[in-house]
Amino acid sequence: MADAPAVRVSRLRVVRREREVLRDLSLTVAQGLVTGLIGPSGCGKTTLIRAIVGTQIVAGGEVLVLDRSAGTAQLRDEVAYMTQTPSVYRDLTVSENLGYFATILGARTRDVQRVIAEVDLAENAQRVVGTLSGGEQSRVSLAAALLGSPRLLLLDEPTVGLDPVLRAQLWELFARLADGGVTLLVSSHVMDEAARCHHVLLMRDGALLASGSPTELLARTGQPDLESAFLFLIESVQS
Amino acid sequence: MTATRTWATSERIFRQLRRDPRTVAMLLVVPVALMGLLAWMLPAHDFNQYGPLLLGLFPLLIMFLITSVTTLRERTSGTLERLLTMPMARADVVFGYAIAFGCTAIIQALLTAGLSFGPFGLDVRGSVWLVVLIAVIDALLGTALGLFVSAFATTEFQAVQFLPLALLPQLILCGIIVPRDQLPTVLRWISDLLPLSYAIDATKQVITDSVTSAFWRNILIVAGFAAAALIGGAATLRRRTP
Repeated sequence: MADAPAVRVSRLRVVRREREVLRDLSLTVAQGLVTGLIGPSGCGKTTLIRAIVGTQIVAGGEVLVLDRSAGTAQLRDEVAYMTQTPSVYRDLTVSENLGYFATILGARTRDVQRVIAEVDLAENAQRVVGTLSGGEQSRVSLAAALLGSPRLLLLDEPTVGLDPVLRAQLWELFARLADGGVTLLVSSHVMDEAARCHHVLLMRDGALLASGSPTELLARTGQPDLESAFLFLIESVQS
Repeated sequence: MTATRTWATSERIFRQLRRDPRTVAMLLVVPVALMGLLAWMLPAHDFNQYGPLLLGLFPLLIMFLITSVTTLRERTSGTLERLLTMPMARADVVFGYAIAFGCTAIIQALLTAGLSFGPFGLDVRGSVWLVVLIAVIDALLGTALGLFVSAFATTEFQAVQFLPLALLPQLILCGIIVPRDQLPTVLRWISDLLPLSYAIDATKQVITDSVTSAFWRNILIVAGFAAAALIGGAATLRRRTP
């Protein structure tokens, strides 16, 4: 069973405001790996992640998460979700926010210290979130997703607006979590982040363009880097 | 639903309130100032007539506003969506709010009633505590209605606009302006369907010291409306959204 995918999406359709955001999308996310969900803004990454969390109303298809239907009550402490805009209380301090979410998750209090250290916010722990910079606020939101012991982490653009050193640290953290058996699905619109993932899902216009490890994608397209590989794939679909 | 999660939510809302001293000051000072204004303006007889009615209205209006805006903020900031992806029951959210704002309302009602019945010289024939009880139940009603209407607003500006829509018709028909038994039949029927009518009936019974089983029935009806609006509010918290 260890090889069964953590997420299996089959023929997923999502329609929002009469526009088909996801069109017959099928894909799998392997367990214990960092999978990058890469594609331009508006291609349906967030909608797909929301469908996997179970907060998105879908028009058709099936989403199975850890062998259960997405959004089932049993999944709520196994799946953690970080939204694109920081979903934390701006009028509470960093540790008050995380303390509250830890209580809701039934996590230990010392877990709060752990996640604060992991996102490098120890010096700002007692500051009110609204007074932090945008990047710091999104790290608080990321820290909340790291609380407890989720088996699947869904992170929607967690590294936007961060300085390169911190970005590298977070990718190291993601790799470490994956080594410990956690499955991560990390979205990004930045191509160079794809290279840091074990596996990459390339999305465009609500459909899956390609799926494979970065080296596979380069080999398949014969391109020197992922940016050109992505372009090559778009052109081959259009012709 | 668990006591730990509900209480953690109430505690979190208290912390947020504490970070906003201006709101707390307005919550506590405005009703007192308005009662003072009434006491100054009206002859003692009229003040005793209208004061207790207004004592119940302030918490209703203020709690409605505060709850609709804060829950809307929770919906739009994404924190509600985050909570609902966690092992959190919808009732935890609703009761968390009801407890936090209910306690705030008790403090507000005690302070306003204390000053009104003390220095401002307000007097009712019935028990002062029953006036406070009505104020608290009105506040819970305001909280419940605010929670419910916030589901139909997408901005804070819209949320505020629900006050005239949801509360002013009740204010007009509740019997303060025209006694309910003198209303045209159709309006009388409509006023029978509005919770505030029963709160005002109950207050009038305290003013004239005619507290009988009818008083307690009125209180139960208002509480029933508040409970129904809370359940309706819980139903508007959707785990799946478009």
